[in-house]
Amino acid sequence: MAIVETRGLTKNFKAGQAAAVKDVNLESREGEFLVLLGPSGSGKTTLLRMIAGLEEPTSGEIRIGGVVVNDMTPRERRIAMVFQSYALYPHLTVLGNIVFPLKARGIGRSEREKKADWAANLLGIRHLLDRKPRELSGGERQRVALARAIVREPSLFLLDEPLSNLDAKLRASAREELEQFQRRVATTTIYVTHDQVEAMAMGDRIAVMNFGEVRQIGTPAEVYDDPADTFVATFLGSPPMNLVEHGDVVIGFRPEHFFPVTHLAGRAAVPEDLRAGETEGPYVPLHFRISHEEYLGAERILYGDLQDSRFEAKKVISRMSSTHGARFETGSVHAFAVPEQHLKFFDRAKGTRTARVPLVPAESP
Amino acid sequence: MSALGRQRWLGPAMFLPAILYVAALIGVPFALAFLYSVGDVKVASVGYHFVGLENFRSVLQSPAFRTALRNSFVFTVSSQVLVLIGATILALALKDAFRGRGFIRFLILLPWVAPVSIGSIGWKWILDSLYSVINWVLIRFHLANEFSPPMWLGEPKLAMLSVVLVHTWHMLPFATVIILAGWTALPKDIPEAAAVDGAGFFRRLFQIEIPMMRPIMNVAVLFGVIFTFTDMTVVYILTRGGPYDTTQVLPALAFFTGVLGSDLAEGAAISIFVVPLLVVVAWLMLRTAHRAEVT
Repeated sequence: MAIVETRGLTKNFKAGQAAAVKDVNLESREGEFLVLLGPSGSGKTTLLRMIAGLEEPTSGEIRIGGVVVNDMTPRERRIAMVFQSYALYPHLTVLGNIVFPLKARGIGRSEREKKADWAANLLGIRHLLDRKPRELSGGERQRVALARAIVREPSLFLLDEPLSNLDAKLRASAREELEQFQRRVATTTIYVTHDQVEAMAMGDRIAVMNFGEVRQIGTPAEVYDDPADTFVATFLGSPPMNLVEHGDVVIGFRPEHFFPVTHLAGRAAVPEDLRAGETEGPYVPLHFRISHEEYLGAERILYGDLQDSRFEAKKVISRMSSTHGARFETGSVHAFAVPEQHLKFFDRAKGTRTARVPLVPAESP
Repeated sequence: MSALGRQRWLGPAMFLPAILYVAALIGVPFALAFLYSVGDVKVASVGYHFVGLENFRSVLQSPAFRTALRNSFVFTVSSQVLVLIGATILALALKDAFRGRGFIRFLILLPWVAPVSIGSIGWKWILDSLYSVINWVLIRFHLANEFSPPMWLGEPKLAMLSVVLVHTWHMLPFATVIILAGWTALPKDIPEAAAVDGAGFFRRLFQIEIPMMRPIMNVAVLFGVIFTFTDMTVVYILTRGGPYDTTQVLPALAFFTGVLGSDLAEGAAISIFVVPLLVVVAWLMLRTAHRAEVT
């Protein structure tokens, strides 16, 4: 039983200034990998530090395993945290780093060595035990930090952007390793990141944060396919969701759901394998003037605007597989379409999701 | 002159005053001290005769010298230990922000800013046998006998203690500022990681923060050792080495023998004894500085 729960958690660093964390209500489930995702300054690290006990909440409650921990020191909360910089103790060896939490808990020498050995084995760093942190590579430091966190078998893991100091190639493999590691030890984990790819790939659930507030919590598929507001819609996805204004609503659709009409099923000209399943059902035809194209190898990104008097803010993006061979001249207008089921409707003033509104049929351009 | 030719001369030309300064005010006296220590020079004597190691032999035989040598070490080591402990506690108290911290930092820096001689004269009054405010307070609180209060500068053990404490008072700000600077430069997440790892205040302090501060503390101690081992002001003003040479230190003894006692040669020989120690300290300092650069 190690569910973290926050109730109305708020942090004001300075009175009169906007809150760094505003009225956050979170509940993590046993053994789950919960990701706090948001741009820098969204309060995700502050929230994590409050759970760790490194920052005092201005108001609200934090419970770990059902116990209110607001007044407990980090030591008493019995959690483990991996810092963005790893925060290894530079004057201690790898072994010294790993056994430090055990020493701090007053665990005897033989027991300490057994556990350190187990943790070092689990992370494949047994050959590094006598080295100092400065003699290690970024990836090795990250493993030592993880070993130091796991060694006392905590009830909760807090990870603060542990992959951001690694280079791109290493990050991908470390991400997978970290994910498998978490599945194996099955410890409830809260993971802070600003990288949506990490969040989507690793998270059981994602809490998307902005300006200190949690905008949406859900599985990766939920937050991506069913964004609660325009912030979540544009923060997740690269390129982000297209948003066009239409009367009182903002209509959103993902670039991958916006494709040439020739792509639609039933057209003889389109090869079978290009007819995606999502193209069934009714669709909204749109005239798309292409201003430029990016070729990214596996996919093509088309930038341009809608030639349609029904919408304001018409800049949109289309994203399709490179296997789609059609050529598009810059400046030319093409017949594109969006399946109706993939249109999302947002309140224009508040940005939150609203009910679907019928679209006026298009006049011919 | 061509631009290149000017460049070639400009550097050395700007460097020259510093070299002249060091040569004239440190190099020449240093060479003279060596020369005197193996000669028979007295104040107002004419001529110079080489006498070999005669002066060193006579110095080593004198009980006053041996006491002063021992005292120099006692004085330096004990005041530096106190300075290090005191500066660490002060730095710990001053590193986090609180109201009035700037003012308190300023107050703590004052003993360093004040000239040693003036500070020592102040302490001479505070510790005076008749007018001591400390004794006045102790007597009011019935902690000392009104008719035979402690003679802070007149009893051997108390006199040494007084000299050490006054010097500690003077050196404390310097060490505090160095350690404080080092502490604020420590990455904050490491002590935080230790806190999450379950370390309490003292474990964090002694197993994480102080070990990480070692290079900085070394610098503070090495500077302190140099300033203390070569200092004669505090001893000269407070006790003049007394009572019965029990607080005499090498620099003061050299001054008493060579300048006040007119025996320049023997005074020079005494001060030469300070050199090996300072060479060792200077070497350690350079090594620490080099290490700090490398890591």
